[in-house]
Amino acid sequence: MQTSELLYGQKFQITIQRLCHQLIENHNDFSNSVILGIQPRGIFLSKRIAEELRKILAEATILNGNLDITFFRDDFRRREGPLVPNSTQIDFIIEGKKVILMDDVLWTGRTIRSAMDAMLAFGRPEKVELLVLVDRRYSRHVPIEPNYIGIQVDSIDSQKVIVSWKETDQEDKVILLSE
Amino acid sequence: MAEQSQTLSSKHLLGIKDLNTRDIELIFETADTFKDVLNRPIKKVPSLRDVTIANIFFENSTRTRLSFELAQKRLSADTVNFAASSSSVSKGETLVDTVNNILAMKVDMVVMRHPYAGAGVFLSKHIDAHIVNAGDGAHEHPTQALLDAFSIREKYGDVAGKKVAIIGDILHSRVALSNILCLQKLGAEVMVCGPTTLIPKYIHTLGVKIEHDLLKALNWCDVANMLRIQLERQDIKYFPSLREYSMLYGLNKKILDSLDKEITVMHPGPINRGVEITSDVADSKQSIILDQVENGVAIRMAVLYLLAGQSS
Repeated sequence: MQTSELLYGQKFQITIQRLCHQLIENHNDFSNSVILGIQPRGIFLSKRIAEELRKILAEATILNGNLDITFFRDDFRRREGPLVPNSTQIDFIIEGKKVILMDDVLWTGRTIRSAMDAMLAFGRPEKVELLVLVDRRYSRHVPIEPNYIGIQVDSIDSQKVIVSWKETDQEDKVILLSE
Repeated sequence: MAEQSQTLSSKHLLGIKDLNTRDIELIFETADTFKDVLNRPIKKVPSLRDVTIANIFFENSTRTRLSFELAQKRLSADTVNFAASSSSVSKGETLVDTVNNILAMKVDMVVMRHPYAGAGVFLSKHIDAHIVNAGDGAHEHPTQALLDAFSIREKYGDVAGKKVAIIGDILHSRVALSNILCLQKLGAEVMVCGPTTLIPKYIHTLGVKIEHDLLKALNWCDVANMLRIQLERQDIKYFPSLREYSMLYGLNKKILDSLDKEITVMHPGPINRGVEITSDVADSKQSIILDQVENGVAIRMAVLYLLAGQSS
């Protein structure tokens, strides 16, 4: 098993900062925009971005929710057993808002397709954007592309991209595992 | 926090007897999320969109059937309904033939209520679909027990350590047996209370307390689950009159207020107001009867989701 670190330490922090500033360019003070982190791993990214945005935009209200996609996946009954669902917490209205979906790794795009389906149960947003920390290029199964990207990685199917967070794994880093 | 798949230990839900504690907890955890889904503006998820479910009811039902049907619709399953009274069963067709004919139309799951104990188990040995028992005679009614325990968990945070008295016609009740098994698996203490004639002779072998005095039972318990007198199953007279039964075992506001603690009142329905429970108790704030009904849909969604999700 070969491991290479793609993002860590100060570079990780700078990437998060850059993503925040890119968001501000398009969403100004976030008065008409909301953030949705995709369960289970995207919520760490969305929480971190929301925290950083609150630091940069002290006056603004940054709305951040968690979206569970389990019941909207397209592989139900096509895997060993049913997936255990996580909680959805959206304490605001998304109707007419600009929604930024956030996930840690974008690979086949199927999760995002399910997320857009799941999100519609809460209303019709004016616009939907996608922010990912890691974009595994050239591996999409559906026509979905991110609007904001932390880093891009060219990887093959047998490799794994793992994002660790300070909150749960002591350290912020992105690693690529190869067989 | 990573995505993980978990499966029930059984292919069917025939009774609480076949479930282990982890299965029950998995159903509860899944039901928590479905309850959340049911409180959204759009209460439907597409999980079971390619699953067909037959609801086969050989006995009357309002709540259970509606609840199952709603659960199936909220999960986007296709459903077919079948009531024995209006079918070819009355022309002499056997149970296996009836169900096999339904399955020939490509049905993945069967939800069945039947007047005979063991009908679900019998069916599971003869056909390939997932079977959910919606009540078999005086034997088991697993989804009712699950939603009862789920409602207690919701009210108190945990079922373990709670004292639950099941009061009424224990002898003819499938809810009683499933409740006893489910509550004990989750660590609750169970007492049954009723007239001697309506308490099964060997029920003590299940490890439950037996009481014939309503007041003593109420003073002991945290939760009282009141059961209906199942007149339709009573072949002989088990007590002199309904009036006498209601005087000795009916729960009214006066008794409830005389207790030195506030207990929770449950009832699986249908209620016979004025017999086992008076209207002022059924509609009081101590009653969680309508919460039970609400939780029923979430529990049934969880059961259907977990069974349908098993790989074929």
